[in-house]
Amino acid sequence: MLAFIVSRILQAIPVLLVIGFISFAMFAYVGDPVTIMLGQDYTEAQRVALVHQLGLDQPFFVQYAKFIWAALHGNFGMSYRLAQPVAGLIAQRLPATLELVATATVFSLLIGIPLGVYTGIYRNAPLARLCMAISLVGVSLPTFLIGILLILVFSVLLGWLPSFGRGDTVQLGAWWTTGFLTISGLRALVLPAITLGLFQLTLIMRLVRAEMLEVLRTDYIKFARARGLSNRAVYFGHALKNTLVPVITIAGLQIGGIIAFSLVTETVFQWPGMGLLLVQSVAVADIPVMSAYLLLVGVVFVLINLVVDLLYFAVDPRLRVDRTIATATR
Amino acid sequence: MSATHPPTRWARALDSDLLYSFRRSPLALASASVALILILAAVLAPWIAPQDPTNVANLNLLNSFNPPLPLEGSDWAFPLGTDEQGRDMLSAIMFGSRISLIVGAAAVVFAVVVGVAVGLLAGYAGGMIDAFLMRAADVQLTFPSILMALLVDGVVSAELPQTMHATLQLYVLIFAIGISRWPQFARTVRGSTLVERNKDYVMAARLIGLGRVRIMATHILPNVLGPVLVLGTLTLGLAILDEATLSFLGVGLPPTQPSLGTLIRIGDDFLFSGQWWVTIFPGVALVLMVLSINLLGDWLRDALNPRLR
Repeated sequence: MLAFIVSRILQAIPVLLVIGFISFAMFAYVGDPVTIMLGQDYTEAQRVALVHQLGLDQPFFVQYAKFIWAALHGNFGMSYRLAQPVAGLIAQRLPATLELVATATVFSLLIGIPLGVYTGIYRNAPLARLCMAISLVGVSLPTFLIGILLILVFSVLLGWLPSFGRGDTVQLGAWWTTGFLTISGLRALVLPAITLGLFQLTLIMRLVRAEMLEVLRTDYIKFARARGLSNRAVYFGHALKNTLVPVITIAGLQIGGIIAFSLVTETVFQWPGMGLLLVQSVAVADIPVMSAYLLLVGVVFVLINLVVDLLYFAVDPRLRVDRTIATATR
Repeated sequence: MSATHPPTRWARALDSDLLYSFRRSPLALASASVALILILAAVLAPWIAPQDPTNVANLNLLNSFNPPLPLEGSDWAFPLGTDEQGRDMLSAIMFGSRISLIVGAAAVVFAVVVGVAVGLLAGYAGGMIDAFLMRAADVQLTFPSILMALLVDGVVSAELPQTMHATLQLYVLIFAIGISRWPQFARTVRGSTLVERNKDYVMAARLIGLGRVRIMATHILPNVLGPVLVLGTLTLGLAILDEATLSFLGVGLPPTQPSLGTLIRIGDDFLFSGQWWVTIFPGVALVLMVLSINLLGDWLRDALNPRLR
């Protein structure tokens, strides 16, 4: 057990270093920060002075180490576009993105798992077939189109829900603003969260359904029925519990996907989060913001993968006995 | 004496299991027809579209925001309505699909070439090369491909001089989407190569003294292409969606060279003033295209899988 955890953590370290390396290479070599900062008129002496001040004349590995050291202290340089420290910009927008991602994840699990159980148990019922057909269309619908359709129906035609922004937010502590505590904040959250969670919802539903079909055929389900257990105990106590291993894995790994697609949702709904910041920065090649985003999101993804691996291990007792299975099924 | 001639390629194709399964599947037939119509409309757009939407001389502001057909105030000349400049939406969608298809297909070809080369090399060479290439693929797979494509797009644009952006944006997109999708191909090909390399025919080729590159390219490659075909079809749908998403985000193709994603982004501005058709119709075209390609890919995967027959 301990050896497994340690080896997984050791495996994550080189990946983190590679991500740091790429994000450093972007920061230091893409575009030309010196010309951008100096503007039109400058003397050679000014240029040399700035190069020295930025540390660009130092050896490569010294620069890399300095970059990582600064990043560990929350210093990611200045945004070219907004002329503010990147760390502050990201910290300002982080709560909006995290609240959106969390709501979308909870939404997709709360609806997706019951729907998957239902379609798995009554797989020939008309309603279950309808769910499957809709989910197939849902997978082919791009996120931004779902958002546009929702806006068209619920904001333009019905006028029920706001179509952009976060509504009123409440300041919690020095760094956190939340939309959870006001009515307008909650209303603003509905459409973006559905847009972002819908793809995950269909994925989880299909996955739970497939796993349920698999599990319901096994002998221990027949045995549970033979023991005279109620349908509820058989479906939820025995069947669903055994489908959760792949569901946890996929749902966990999909959080990365949700974070990535939050940038599309945030653009559609003008949600003031990190994704919108990134898209606006890419459009004008604001490299420091892109490099910081890559580094942060990379770290988050590596952590998610690590946690999922460890959870997997905690949920499935078979993996604890034989480590080779763990590597084979991963 | 009169030995029966071996059947021609065409006759063999008509008699194949694949075609049989194709004819027997209504879903495959339907999605293939939809895909075929959309692809033909896109490819032949310069010749069959009612209007050349890129030519400003054709546009008449008096025709701006004509609604689509059954609605009041619509015009038979513009069956799907017009946009704010009086551009025929049907023509705009046909030209837009053309660009979306070109970018998607070129990006998949790029991803296949890189992925197959890396996969063959990793699977056949093994050892350190294999470990290094597959770790690289693993690291990249941690990142969702849309994020990867967005960052590559941003970096490449930053490196290019500002004046060349409009002309080169098409190639930048192809590169960004292609590079974000190669690892899946590399993994698939590596897996099949590991199986193939130990077979007798590879041993035979080595015994007669053929070089490594020759064995990889002419002996192993044809035998690992089946799964690549399936993955390629499914990836085409995803690549078209990637392009549409990037263009929608405003970092893809410019309005002077609009793809379906660009059309949707432009139309999005008019959603609140009631001109829904400017954004919804390009969206429908995009969904039909991706859905039909995905269904075809699903069918192909099942048809080529001997276990499901």
